[in-house]
Amino acid sequence: MTTTASPPVASGTGLPDVSQITSSDSALRRFLHGLPGVDQVGAEARAAMLSTRSIKTSAKAWAIDLAISMIDLTTLEGQDTPGKVRALCAKALRPDPSVADTPRVAAICVYPDMVPVAVEALRGSRVKVASVATAFPSGRSSLAVKLADTRDAVAAGADEIDMVIDRGAFLSGRYLEVFEEIVAVKEACGEAHLKVILETGELDTYDNVRRASWLGMLAGGDFIKTSTGKIAPAATLPVTLVMLEAVRDFRATTGRQVGVKPAGGIRTTKDAIKYLVLVNETVGDDWLDPDWFRLGASSLLNDLLMQRTKAVTGRYSGPDYFTLD
Amino acid sequence: MNTKKFDYAPAPESRAILDLKPSYGLFIDGQFVDTLDGRAFKTVSPATEEVLAEITEAGQADVDRAVAAARKAYDKVWSKLPARERGKYLFRFARILQERARELAVLESLDNGKPIRESRDVDIPLVAAWFFHYAGWADKLDHAGFGPNPKPLGVAGQVIPWNFPLLMLAWKIAPALACGNTVVLKPAETTPLTALLFAEICQQADLPPGVVNIVTGAGDTGRALVEHPGIDKVAFTGSTDVGKMIARSTAGSHKKVTLELGGKAANIVFDDAPVDQAVEGIVNGIFFNQGHVCCAGSRLLVQESAYDEVLSSLKRRLGTLRLGDPLDKNTDIGAINSAEQLARIRELSDVGEAEGAERWSPPCDLPVKGFWFPPTVFTGVSQAHRIAREEIFGPVLSVLTFRTPAEAVEKANNTPYGLSAGVWTDKGSRILWMADQLRAGVVWANTFNRFDPASPFGGYKESGYGREGGRHGLEAYLDV
Repeated sequence: MTTTASPPVASGTGLPDVSQITSSDSALRRFLHGLPGVDQVGAEARAAMLSTRSIKTSAKAWAIDLAISMIDLTTLEGQDTPGKVRALCAKALRPDPSVADTPRVAAICVYPDMVPVAVEALRGSRVKVASVATAFPSGRSSLAVKLADTRDAVAAGADEIDMVIDRGAFLSGRYLEVFEEIVAVKEACGEAHLKVILETGELDTYDNVRRASWLGMLAGGDFIKTSTGKIAPAATLPVTLVMLEAVRDFRATTGRQVGVKPAGGIRTTKDAIKYLVLVNETVGDDWLDPDWFRLGASSLLNDLLMQRTKAVTGRYSGPDYFTLD
Repeated sequence: MNTKKFDYAPAPESRAILDLKPSYGLFIDGQFVDTLDGRAFKTVSPATEEVLAEITEAGQADVDRAVAAARKAYDKVWSKLPARERGKYLFRFARILQERARELAVLESLDNGKPIRESRDVDIPLVAAWFFHYAGWADKLDHAGFGPNPKPLGVAGQVIPWNFPLLMLAWKIAPALACGNTVVLKPAETTPLTALLFAEICQQADLPPGVVNIVTGAGDTGRALVEHPGIDKVAFTGSTDVGKMIARSTAGSHKKVTLELGGKAANIVFDDAPVDQAVEGIVNGIFFNQGHVCCAGSRLLVQESAYDEVLSSLKRRLGTLRLGDPLDKNTDIGAINSAEQLARIRELSDVGEAEGAERWSPPCDLPVKGFWFPPTVFTGVSQAHRIAREEIFGPVLSVLTFRTPAEAVEKANNTPYGLSAGVWTDKGSRILWMADQLRAGVVWANTFNRFDPASPFGGYKESGYGREGGRHGLEAYLDV
C-alpha cells in the first residue's frame, strides 16, 4: 500500500505527540473522543458484504495454509494439565502427521503456569509460546499482581503475553489508568511481544472498540486482540473490521505497524477465510502474515485440515482421520 | 497492476440454471404470440456482446391488441375479483419469485451487466419484498387513507428503464395489480429478458389472461403505449427528456401520470461523519450498479475541513473494487449496459476534463470485449461544470466542497433535479435540519441507496412527480 490516510488525529499536525495526549485524563479523553465515530449499521453492512466473497480452488488452498500458519492454538481451561499442553504442542508442530507439507501454527497459547511445559515441548521450533497474563480473563486484580503475573510468564520463557485491559476503568472513563497499566505491563514484558486484549464483548459499542484499540496502540501494544474467549460475543467480523481500520490509521499516523488477533468463536474454515478477506480488503498484503494477523482458536485447526485434505483428495474424511489436541 | 498475495480465483455463477429460448414473442392475453406488424431485434450481454436472444419489437397493432386484452381482463375478471383474491395472486408471485431467485439473478446479470452479487443480494430480494408488501395492501385499501372503497383506474401503461429491469417491473406491477388495475408493460429494449421470464411466471401462477401483458420494443413501442387512447394511467421511469415528452403527449387527456426521472443527487459529508462508513456510502452511492441509478450520489459534497481525509480514504478504497465478469460472485463493478450509454459516459467525462476538472481512476484492467468504464472520480469540480449539473448515469463521481451547513444545502439544492440526497454526520439534530432543507424526495442519513417497499420514493422538480412504494404508492393507481 502506497497511499496513506491522513491522520485521524485531532491536532492535525502529523505525528501525535503521545506524551501530550497522555498528559492528563482529560487530554486523553479529548483525543479518543476526537477519533471519527463508527456507524454501527454501516460497519456491520460492510462486514456482511465482505463475508459474501466466494473463495474457491487455488485461492481457497492458499487461504487455508495461511490460516493454519496464523493460528494461536489455545487451551485456557482450569482443567489444563502438562499432559494436555504437551499434546497441544505436538499438534502445533505436526498439525497433520500424515501430510508433511502442512504448515505449522504460529503459537500456542496457555495460562502462565503452563508456560514451562510448552517451552520445553516446543524447544528448537519456530512455534511461539504465548501466555495470557494480568489476572486473565477478568483482569480484576491489583496492578502489582498483574505485573507479577506478567513477569512470571516472561521469566518462564513466554515469547508473547496476552494481557487484558481493565474494562471497568475503561467503561467508567478512566482512560489514563488503562493506558498506564498497559505501559507498565509492556515494560514488564521486556523482549516479549504484548497483545492487548480489549474484550470487545464487554465494550459493547464500536466507538469503544476504536477508542480502546487506539489506547492499546498508543501504550505500546504489539497486537490488539478482540477477546478472551470467555465472554460472548467473542470475535465478530465487524469488531475485527473496526480494529483493522484502527491499525491501518495508526500506521498511517505514526509509521508503526500493529497486529490484530480475533479470538474466540472462529471454528470453521469458512469463518477463517472471511477474516482473511476482511484483512485483504481493509489493510491489504502487509497484514496477511502470521507476524501481523493471528487467529485465536482451537477447534478451527481440524476443520482447516479437513478442508485441506478435501482440496487434495476431493473427499471429506471423518474426524477420526485428524488428531485430537 | 501489482500482484496481490490473496488473489481470488474466478467464482462464476453457473448459467446452467437458465432456459433461454432463441427467440421470444410478445406476452399478450396470457400467451406468447407473434407480432402483427413489428420486427425482431437482438438483446446482447453487455459484458461480452454475445447475442442472448431475438426479441420482438411490438408495433402499433400489437400494442392495440395488448391494451384490448388488458381492458377485457379488467372489465370481465380483475375488477370483479374480491380484493383478497387479488392479494392471493400477489403473494403467489412473491413466493415464486423467491423460489426462482437464482435463475432471475443470473438472467438479470447476464442481460443487464450488473454484478451477480447485486442482482442476488439486492435486486431480486427487493422484487419479492415489493410483491409481498403490496399483496398485503390488496384487501386493506379501505384503510389506506383515501376514503372508503377506493376504485382502481383501469388499464395502466407502464414503461420501465434498463438499470433495474425486474425491480422496476415490480415497482410498477405490484401496486397496480394490488389496487385492481390491469397492465401493459414495456421493458427497456436492452434488458427485456427478466420481464419475459416474469411473463412465464404469470403463466406459472395461473394469473387470469390479460391482467399482465408484456410488450417488448424500443422508443416507438413505448410511444404507442403511452399515447394509446385505451389506457387510463401512464407510469414511466426513465430519462427527464422522455418524461417531458410523455407529459406533453398526455396533457389534456384523461390519463393520470406518474414520472420518475433523472437525478443528480448530492451526497453530503460533514467533518464529524463516521469516515469509514461515509466512504462506503460514497462508493455505494455512485458505484452501485455502475452508477446506473437515477438516485445515485453523483455529486459528493465534502466539508473542506474533512476533504483530505475523505479523499485519500476514498481513493484507497476504490483501489480494492473488483471490476469484471458480472457473473463472478466477487465482482463489484460490472459492465456498462450498452454501447450508447458508454458513449454518453465517455463524452461527459471528456467534457469534465476539458472544463478543467481533475480526473482520477484506480489502476484497473478493462476487458477487451463488451462495454466497460472504470470507476472515475473528478476533483476540483464546481457548480459551473457540466459534470456537476448533468446526469451522467455512470460510475463517475464529481467532488465539490463546502464550508458550512447552509452552503451545503444551497449547493445541494442548486440543480434542476431533486430525487435523493445523502447526509453524513454524527449529529442527529443536523440530520433533521438538513432533511428539512433539502429539496429531494429521499434523504438518506448515514447511508445511501437503501430501498424498502414500505418507503415512498419519488422526485422534486425535474426528477418527476408521484410516489412509488409504501402507502403513498397506492395513490398512483387509485381514482382518488
